[in-house]
Amino acid sequence: MRYQPVIGLEVHVQLKTESKIFCSCSTSFGATPNLNTCPVCLGLPGALPVLNRKVVEFAIRAGLATNCSIVPANIFARKNYFYPDLPKGYQISQFDLPICLTGHLDIETAGGKKRIGITRIHMEEDAGKLVHGQGTGSGVDLNRAGTPLLEVVSEPDMRSSDEAVAYLKKLYQIVTYLGICDGNMEEGSFRCDANVSIMPAGSDRFGTRAEIKNVNSFKFVKQAIEYEILRQSELIEDGGTVMQETRLFDPVKGVTRSMRSKEEAHDYRYFPDPDLLPVIISPDWISLVKDSLPELPEARFNRFLQQYSLPEYDADVLTASRPLADYFEECAQASGNPKAAANWVMGELTRALNDSSTAILQSPVSPAKLADLIRLIDSGAISVTIAKKVFEDVWKNGTQPADVVKQQGLAQVSDSGAIKAAIDKIMLANQGQVDEYRNGKEKVFGFFVGQVMKAMNGKANPAVVNDLLKQKLAAE
Amino acid sequence: MELYEKTINELHLMLKSRQVSSTELTRAMLSRIEATDPDVNAFITVTAEQALKDAEMADQSISRGDCKLLTGIPVALKDIFLTAGVRTTCASRILHNFVAPYDSTAWARMKEQGAVLLGKLNQDEFAMGSSCENSAFGVTRNPWNFSHIPGGSSGGSAAAIAAQQAVATLGTDTGGSIRQPASHCGCVGLKPTYGRVSRYGVIAYASSLDQVGPITRDVTDSALLLGVIAGYDTKDSTSVDMPVPDYALALGRDIKGMKIGLPREYFIEGLDPDVQKAMDQAIATFRSLGAEIVDVSLPHTDYAVATYYLIATAEASSNLARYDGIRFGHRAENADGLIDLMFKSREEGFGTEVKRRIMLGTYALSSGYYDAYYLKAQKVRTLIRQDFMDAFSKADILLTPVAPTPAFRIGEKTAEPLQMYLSDIFTIPVNLAGICGISIQAGVSSQGLPIGLQLLGRPFGEETILQVAANFQKNTNWHTIKAAL
Repeated sequence: MRYQPVIGLEVHVQLKTESKIFCSCSTSFGATPNLNTCPVCLGLPGALPVLNRKVVEFAIRAGLATNCSIVPANIFARKNYFYPDLPKGYQISQFDLPICLTGHLDIETAGGKKRIGITRIHMEEDAGKLVHGQGTGSGVDLNRAGTPLLEVVSEPDMRSSDEAVAYLKKLYQIVTYLGICDGNMEEGSFRCDANVSIMPAGSDRFGTRAEIKNVNSFKFVKQAIEYEILRQSELIEDGGTVMQETRLFDPVKGVTRSMRSKEEAHDYRYFPDPDLLPVIISPDWISLVKDSLPELPEARFNRFLQQYSLPEYDADVLTASRPLADYFEECAQASGNPKAAANWVMGELTRALNDSSTAILQSPVSPAKLADLIRLIDSGAISVTIAKKVFEDVWKNGTQPADVVKQQGLAQVSDSGAIKAAIDKIMLANQGQVDEYRNGKEKVFGFFVGQVMKAMNGKANPAVVNDLLKQKLAAE
Repeated sequence: MELYEKTINELHLMLKSRQVSSTELTRAMLSRIEATDPDVNAFITVTAEQALKDAEMADQSISRGDCKLLTGIPVALKDIFLTAGVRTTCASRILHNFVAPYDSTAWARMKEQGAVLLGKLNQDEFAMGSSCENSAFGVTRNPWNFSHIPGGSSGGSAAAIAAQQAVATLGTDTGGSIRQPASHCGCVGLKPTYGRVSRYGVIAYASSLDQVGPITRDVTDSALLLGVIAGYDTKDSTSVDMPVPDYALALGRDIKGMKIGLPREYFIEGLDPDVQKAMDQAIATFRSLGAEIVDVSLPHTDYAVATYYLIATAEASSNLARYDGIRFGHRAENADGLIDLMFKSREEGFGTEVKRRIMLGTYALSSGYYDAYYLKAQKVRTLIRQDFMDAFSKADILLTPVAPTPAFRIGEKTAEPLQMYLSDIFTIPVNLAGICGISIQAGVSSQGLPIGLQLLGRPFGEETILQVAANFQKNTNWHTIKAAL
């Protein structure tokens, strides 16, 4: 039997505010355990939460960018459960009145554009973490406790692991564009729970779902969902039934395994947090945030097509992240040659960044330097081949492109006298090939180009070489 | 008159004019504590050494001409207020060793005004109780009669005033925990409007009901101390950003033409005859002062106790989750793993009444029961609040008994939690409505126990209830009758 998977995602987006959601402690990552704590995030008796306004602003940004409606009076609720990394014995979250409701994102699928519904977005605090294997017992580090999170809950609208990953990437792109999340997936800044079920193809009755917890890479999400679809299909084929349960993904073995069943599920006893007032969001505040929104990926993609006459492929690649798009725009404008800028950014620059695992913001070749390089090519001062060498030098040594060209004598030779002399020499030494060419075997032309360029250390202007070679070979 | 019998108002003038030093005064209070506390047991912790040091500092600052309202005045706090460096137990075994790293805002404001801390006072564990019998540190006895309870939960705070052990104290009131013990011990207890005083650094019982207030010898001190602790606090989102009036200014105004409402549901059959008599006399006094007495109704009164025990216990079940033996407080030994550690620490650390309320609250919030209990209770709470708003459209303030009877005997109601709960029937609705109330002495029972009357005001109407209470004390002598010990 053929099965149709049904997938919904719950994504936790860690907000990059300076301070925590309910106190003024720093949110910086990697500090000495329990350094960034105070009575509030330690959950000491008598401590009370005070909401960080920035968190609300970030949530409004996320809501507007994902086409949600903003709930004008939303409420914080307590989610009660016991765990050593949860200092108060409850997590402050939102329950029946979250800050954002009913939005959507459009994703590209094999079958064209598809709309994925967003049920809700709510604000909440992160828990701390347990540190095992140091000393005799386990340690509790509460630096992360109280870090602000948004939970973005989708509708069960995805039908394949590819769609799930496309949705996830789109959401990732948006929250990083908005500047509300640093996007660092290894540090857990963007992580997701996947709800997966299957039903017979053609059916409209969803099967029982399993929830896969805390997957923190696009690759793992794909693997986890695919494994889960396979596991559930095999289970049903063998006459079994899928249990509603929570499962964990093991990235080493590529499998999911059961964590707890529905019977063991917590009763979180949600109720409105009496320590916090309802969050009142005025229409003025919403329009203020709306006005401050940066250009979003889709709009930027369309503008790149128009303003820079880029092919769709280029515009898509270059708008993948905000720093990349910013880099490209700066370079395109400074060089006056958008297409060349696109080629260099997607080609040499991306390769160099990847090879050295460097983030684009830390690129040793600035957009201005790359633009200088492009202008050197466009003015005929150097060839593209030489430009690649210059790029290497600038990347490695932090030099200026024009200085490299000058100091290493890399300037292109367009002087026909020098080129003619080289051609004469080569034709003399390769009389056999000259004859072949003249007998109609035009393929050897490339051989001559190569030889001339070699003789001139690659500095000859290729266009001039072509012209002169054609003249010389034809003449007799 | 002994030094330890005096009020803030009197002592402030004496200290300022150097008729007495803070050191002398603090010594007098400490010896009074030493003499009386073996019987009363109002204190959990006495900070004698630190108090004398602070008194000396106060004397130095007075000699420099700096004498703030509370400079050099020895006070004590219910052991629910966090005090940096001084143990705060909340009368619970689970916090028997807990020393907070920070001060509660209310105490910080008193310290800022120069107050000297004598120590921390007994209470019902986590403020859950009406008799001060639910304490891991023993029962506090009523200074008027040691076989009776002092009331609760701020029993130590009221008993310490009645026994002249401190000039003024702070308590907290979630369902009557300031007003009822003040009534049972013959002192003045003020529960301000919810949001008037910061709850920061006060161990939470039921966050939407808890409020901090003073227990004092007379109404003037109540007004003075409220002026110190009241006001917006950025650390408490539920505190209200409204200016704090000079409450003492209201005390001199007369009450001619003021409308005093008598809620008919509060004057019921079965009210103790001594209490009824005290109310009748008080009403006559107010009439003679030119007030108009009007009949009002609070129709949802019958539902208040049930509503309170759903909301308060629900919030408590969550507020008390942090006491798990992991980071501070009592930790069980020989626990078998994480879950067992939490189970055992809580099992050993909490007393019976606290466990009872955690279970009640957990049940009320459980999925499938939430709508029928917690949500329904919140709806009734809205109706109760509306009752009061309706009554305040007919009357400026309301007058009621504080409790149906004077202080009962120790052990009398411990076997009957429900009977105990019902003793708070006249105070609980006030917390549900979030309005303010004051309890002042208005009589003495045939058994020689004090009887209190309660004056209730509109939200942020503290000036009015203080004004009416001051007029009562100016024209009666009840507040001058002291416990004989």
